[in-house]
Parts: sequence; C-alpha cells; structure tokens
Amino acid sequence: MLFGKKGSLKEFGILGALIVIVLAFQLATNGTTLSSGNVINLVQSQSYILILAIGMVMVIIAGHIDLSVGSVAAFVSVVVAISMTDWGIPWWSSILLGLGLGIAIGAWQGFWVAFVGVPAFIVTLAGMLMFRGLNQLVGQSRGIGVDSEFVALLAGYLPEIGPDTGYNNPTLLLGLIAIVAVVVLELRRRARRQSVGAEVAPMWVLVTRLVLVAGVIVAATLLFASGRPGTSFPHSGILLAIFVLAYGFLTQRTTLGRHIYAVGGNRRAAELSGVRTRWVDFFVMANMSVLAAVAGMLWIARSQAAGPADGTGWELDAIAAVFIGGAAVAGGIGTVAGSIIGGLVMAVLSNGLFAIGTGSDWIQVIKGLVLLIAVAIDVLNKRQGRFSIIGLLQRGMRGSRAADPA
Amino acid sequence: MADPVILEMRGITKEFPGVRALEDVSLEVRKGRIHAICGENGAGKSTLMKVLSGVYPHGTFDGEIVYQGEPVAFGRINDSERAGIVIIHQELALVPELSIAENIFLGNEPRKGVAIDWDAVHVRATELLARVGLDEDPETPIKHIGVGKQQLVEIAKALEKDVRLLILDEPTAALNEADSQHLLDLIVGLKGKGVTSIMISHKLGEIEQVADAITIIRDGRVVETLDIEHGAVDEDRIIRGMVGRTLGHRFPERSGAAGDVFFEVRDWTVQHPLSAERLVAKGSSFTVRRGEIVGFAGLMGAGRTELAMSLFGRQYGTWLGGTIVKDGQEIRVRSVPEAIEHGIAYVSEDRKALGLNLLDTIKRSVVSAKLGKVSTAGVVDPIRELHAAEEYLKALRIKAPDVEQGVDTLSGGNQQKVVLSKWMFTDPDLLILDEPTRGIDVGAKSEIYQIIRQLADQGKGVILISSELPELLGLADRIYTIFEGRITGELPAAEADQEMLMRRMAPTKGD
Repeated sequence: MLFGKKGSLKEFGILGALIVIVLAFQLATNGTTLSSGNVINLVQSQSYILILAIGMVMVIIAGHIDLSVGSVAAFVSVVVAISMTDWGIPWWSSILLGLGLGIAIGAWQGFWVAFVGVPAFIVTLAGMLMFRGLNQLVGQSRGIGVDSEFVALLAGYLPEIGPDTGYNNPTLLLGLIAIVAVVVLELRRRARRQSVGAEVAPMWVLVTRLVLVAGVIVAATLLFASGRPGTSFPHSGILLAIFVLAYGFLTQRTTLGRHIYAVGGNRRAAELSGVRTRWVDFFVMANMSVLAAVAGMLWIARSQAAGPADGTGWELDAIAAVFIGGAAVAGGIGTVAGSIIGGLVMAVLSNGLFAIGTGSDWIQVIKGLVLLIAVAIDVLNKRQGRFSIIGLLQRGMRGSRAADPA
Repeated sequence: MADPVILEMRGITKEFPGVRALEDVSLEVRKGRIHAICGENGAGKSTLMKVLSGVYPHGTFDGEIVYQGEPVAFGRINDSERAGIVIIHQELALVPELSIAENIFLGNEPRKGVAIDWDAVHVRATELLARVGLDEDPETPIKHIGVGKQQLVEIAKALEKDVRLLILDEPTAALNEADSQHLLDLIVGLKGKGVTSIMISHKLGEIEQVADAITIIRDGRVVETLDIEHGAVDEDRIIRGMVGRTLGHRFPERSGAAGDVFFEVRDWTVQHPLSAERLVAKGSSFTVRRGEIVGFAGLMGAGRTELAMSLFGRQYGTWLGGTIVKDGQEIRVRSVPEAIEHGIAYVSEDRKALGLNLLDTIKRSVVSAKLGKVSTAGVVDPIRELHAAEEYLKALRIKAPDVEQGVDTLSGGNQQKVVLSKWMFTDPDLLILDEPTRGIDVGAKSEIYQIIRQLADQGKGVILISSELPELLGLADRIYTIFEGRITGELPAAEADQEMLMRRMAPTKGD
C-alpha cells in the first residue's frame, strides 16, 4: 500500500488537495477531467516528469539539488535518436546506449559532488549548461526521428487482445493483479506482525481499507480500460508504476534508503554512525541522471523526434513536484509517494486549467502560487510554539513524519 | 535583608496546549544578589525565564511581574532589554564570522550620522572586555575564540546594554573547570557593582559556591526558596527538593574486578586538521581493561575529544602515527565502519549536532549505527527493528510513549539514552563516552551513571571523558590527565582528588 500502516498526515493533506482539485475540475469541465481519454493522456504526457520527481526527491532528501536533469535528458535522447537514425543500430541497443550514457553522466556529476565536494547546485548548473550545449552540438540543433519500434515500446499502449469484453483486457488483468497483490501483502504483513506479538489493527479496519483500495483500483482500471480502442493503459504508466514501487521500497525499506535520509537529516551524525556518506551522495546524483535518461527517451518516443529544446524547464517541474509533495529544502524529509502526488497536483492543475480555457500565462502564475502556498503552509505548520490545527493533529498522530514508511 | 526587591513574579501560570508548564509560580529576587534556580530538565525553569524576558509576551500567561517596584508588561524581548533585563541563553547568540566588537554591538551600533562609528565601537569594546576580564583583541573573529571566552563576550554584550538583571541559562554547561571558575568570579564581581543575576544551573557545586538564594522548581511549581544567609545549604537538600526524593548513591558502587588489558593505544599522534604545526595528540599511549571505566580529564582544548575522535575511525585531524592493539592484535581503524566492525563505539559530546538525526524517531535512531543487524540482504525488517528498539526503550527506561516518538521531542537525558542505546546496539567492546552527562538533569545523570557501570560490569571497556571532576572521581576506576595533547598523568580514581587532577591538567601557570 502506498501509505503503509501509519500514513503521513502531510501526504494525506496533499492527497486531499489533489482529490479536491480533481473534483473541482471534474465539475468545471462537465466530466472531461475524469474521462478515460483525459486520464490516459495525463499519464502518457506526465510520466516522464513523475519519473524525474522520483529521482529528485532522493537527491533533495540527501540535501542536494539537481538542475541538470532537463539538459541530461535532452543530451541522452539526442544521442539515442542519432544512434537509431544515423548509425542505424537496432532500437533496443539504442535504449541500452541511452541508459549507459545516463550512468556515465551520473557518475561524472556524482564524482564532483561526492568526492571533490563541489556543491550539487554548482555541479548541476554546470551540467545544465554543458549537456544543453552537447545536445545542440551533437544534434546540430535539428529534429531527429526515431524508430517506430522504439515509439511502440515507450509510447505505446497495452494491446487489444482476448475476447471482446468492451474493455481493454490486459488493463483489466493488470488491475486484477494489483488488487490481489495488495490483499496478499496486507494479509501477510498482518499475519507476520501477529506471529511476533506486535500490535495489529482490528480486522474490520483492514477489511475496510482493503475494500476502499480495491474500489479505487477497480474504478481506475475501468477508466483506463474503457479508452478509445487502441489507447488503454500506456506503457509509460507501467514503467512509472514499477519505478514508484521499486524506489518506494528502496527509500523506505532498505539500508541504502535509510542512509539517504540519515545523510540529509544530519550528515555528520550519519558519518559518525558509519554511513559512507560520499557513496550515498554519489548514488543519489548518479541515479538522478539515469532517471533523466529514461525520461528523455520516453519524451522522444512520445514526440517521435529529438530536438534542441527538449527537456527545457523539466528540472523545475520535478523540483516543484518534490516540494509540493512535502520534502524539506534542508533535506532529510520527503517521500517518493508524496512527490508523485505533488507532481500530479501540478499536472492536473495545468490540464484542468487548460481545459477550461485558461491561457498558459495564467497557468504559470497559478502554478507558481500553488507551489508557494503549499510550502508556506508546511513552514507555518512546523513553526514551534504557534498553535495550528494541522500542527496539533500532527503532534497527535505520533510518528506522522514524512520520513515514515510510505 | 536591607536590599530592596528588584523583581517580583507573582502567581505565574503558563499553559501550552495540553500541558501546564508553570503553575502559580512566585519568585522574589533582591537587588545585588545571585539567585539560583534549580530544577530538573522540564521543570519549567527556562519557561519562567522566557516569561520574564518577554519571549512569551504579556497576556500569554497569568500572573504579574513587578520589576523595580512597578508592574511591567513586556510584549517582546526588546522591551525587557530596554528595562535592563538581559538573558544569556545556553546556545550562545553570537555570529561566528563577525569580530568580538561587532558582536558586542550587533543591533546596537554607535553611529555617526548613518555610518557606524567604528572608533567608538573599538574603544568601548576594549573597555567592556577589560571589565569582563577577557584579554583578546576586539577585532578577533568570534569563531577563533573558545566557548569560555565567547560566554564572556555575551556578558560584555549584556553590560553594553546597561544590564541590571542578568539571567544566565546554564552558563557553565559547555565550559571546563577553569573557565567556569572565571565566569563565576565575574558574576560575583558584577554583583558588587549592583548587577543582580538569576542563574539557572545543574551544577550544584557552583550554586553552593556563588548563590545567595536558591529557588527550587519541580513540575512547574516552586518547591521552596532557600536563603543562604539563613544557614548553609547542602547538595543533598537541593537534590531532594528537585527530584522529590533522596537519591541513594549518586555514583554506583565500583565492582573493583577489572579484567585484563584488552585495548591499548601506542604513541598515537595526530595533526590538527587546519594547521600542520599543531599536534592535538602527541605520542599518547594508554590502556583499557575489560570491565574498567577509564576517565580522561583535561581542560577544554586539551585534546580529549580530538584524541577520541581520531581513534574512532580517524574522524578528527590527520593521523601521523601510532597503533591500536585490541585483544593482542594490531587493528586498523581508518573509518567509522571499521571502528564499528572492531567493536568501538563513540558517543559524542554534542548530542544534537553529532549524535542524533533529530528528524528520526527513537526506533530509527536506535538501529541506525548497525542497520545490518535488523536487515537481510540490505532490506530492513520492520519487526526486528521494532523489537530491538522496544528492548532498549524498556532497558534504559527512556521516557516516551512508544518508539515512534520523534527524538527531537525528548528531553536531554532521554535523548542521551537514545544515543547510548544506539551504540549499545552495535555490541561494542569499547565505548568512548564524551561528556555523557552534559546538560542533563540530576535524576537522569544518576541513571546514566548506572548504565555506564552496568556496561563495565558486562565486561566492556569504557573511556569516560568529562569536564566534571567529581564525576570522573566518582565513576571512573582509573583516570588519565591530558594537557595540550599529551598524557600527563595516570591515577587510580580511589587515590585521586580534584587538586591532584587539576595540577596535572594544567601543569604550567596560565591559560
């Protein structure tokens, strides 16, 4: 489950905001916001930003920042496009090449941050300039096409197979798998806790929660499965889901994840507790560039070409998503789940405002204000000695810190 | 007796959501006295001082404050400062990059037109430094002088504001004996010049030495006010008042049965991280036996912490030479993970900056130095983690509702217990405890002494670094003294006294 046994109130807060925004636009657009076409489009068009947000939240938890992701994505994708179009190597080896390049760039930036000690802000500002320049140098500022197999894999949808049910069958199957997985995992966790005598919530709580979760999954599944024939759940959405689960697990359940939080929370204390802080820095920076490479490839698959302006401003969207999702500027606080929700808030906002005819000028103003207000609420809540309802609730819900299992 | 009352606080009650921090507290301070306020952490001492100085503005508490014969209503801290009440907090409010003079006049700069009158700053700063007995160039940056001297700068800053009532919150907590004594002498000197002081302190010895009156607070209420003129007050009486019970033995009994030498450091030499010609450890050699508590005494800056941290995976300075022998084998300890692997634990003197991640819960803190113990293939097992944390919560009697409590909400003593748990969890053979009771109230101190003795009784070696000599004498089995990076003496604690230690801690006259 996304929110684990002790959901973070902060995330619930932002999740609540997301639901309110969705419902408001649903009303304002007479139901187009939650139409299957729009939802499918939203996932297809936003997954690359959400994937960047996953890497970015880890960078920010560790106390760094990465400004280079847009340029890195652009550079990697232009090389990938050229390798397919100009060098004629098979599309799958181009993908491997892109990932390899992402690792190499990540190692480069990680090296300067972790082992030379140059602040990540500077290293990635330099990277932002350098890789943008390299994108234009290598691609000579032209649009470069990509293979159709590449497009089909990264920008495609689940195929229409099996009997005619009126829905997309693989999407239904996926939904079913998700429900079974959630039920099995929750029951197993409960059994494990019981077997060692730990506290467990009463059965009816668990059942209620499972029914609610299953309901949401069913609704989402039907939404995605009822799209126009040929469009259903996008491949990029599957990739996103895999990344969310994998990185959620990594950050919350593994020792590496703990070390990332430890480094961001108190670097010197982490070092004195035996955390190899430099390698943690190296990992988060390198990982970010790899995810940027993935995002870049998703983008050129969707637009079917790589160009000189790809990835402009992506870093800011990713950073905004992370902070709306409850991360702290000083590091040590933040979650993958929160950042995804933060990214969705921004995405739904743009999408909905656009749908009701707001110009892109106003959309930017509004998104900026939302970021400011979301972080301001957070700051005010944390200020000590001052009474606030949310602060009081947070104190009441012990352990409701963002660093808790998501 | 003849002295008039300068401050009277009547029936002060202050509530926070869910807790009543102060209840009907009344306090009377006579002019030209040193009035000590004692109480355990969380008793309400600091809250009372915040009420007095306007940090909690008038109207957010009940009761009244009469200062120099008139009721006052401070809306913010500037109001109380204008009235001559200056509070010096435990965490000093100095800007490290600025000079002594700039710090003294920060926010209160003498001007000539719109520009700062630097000549006046310099002249007046020199005067003030002479008054507090600080022999430093006023242009020296604050970061280049020690904590003891910084404390004096704070007092100079207060004097500049024409202080009449000086409030000192744990003024000597971070100071060594010599610096503490200097500070106490200064406060007594100021008393002669008509400055009244209110001093919050955990160090009962100091209170006995300088205070004219003592008010004891427990659980937000005044237990009693003792007037020293009406007869001497002994430490036991104060402790009884503070904790509401008599603490049996402050120090646990020595078991006396130390085992063989299992840890030995030979010719340990370490260079200062910034200046190549300075050595913070000069050929230091010492031994630790199983089951033994070995004390390290030294003045601030003598190199105790530096020695400890350089042993702990070379976390301080540049290692120049020397070996560590454990169980007869020379071991290599070049990083913290190696140190932990070899069963060495280091509990830092700076709990908040170096010991804990304040964003963590108790649970996450306890397992943080050896996550591998509750993990399989790099994946943390939440159940094993929970059990481990709960075990320590019980064993060390950490006062918290459960292990999900954030460590930032705990009192100093309980935070220290979490840090101790964290290092006990690594199954160390040798624990280096650097000022383990700094800033901790009397009740918790005694519990921590018990824990330390228990660790030794389990056969572990303990190195105890402390600036409080009675603590070393009471708890350690054997004491080394350090002066300027060199080990200057070794004494069995049972045969040593404070004077013998002091002579070896500062063998030459001077600083």
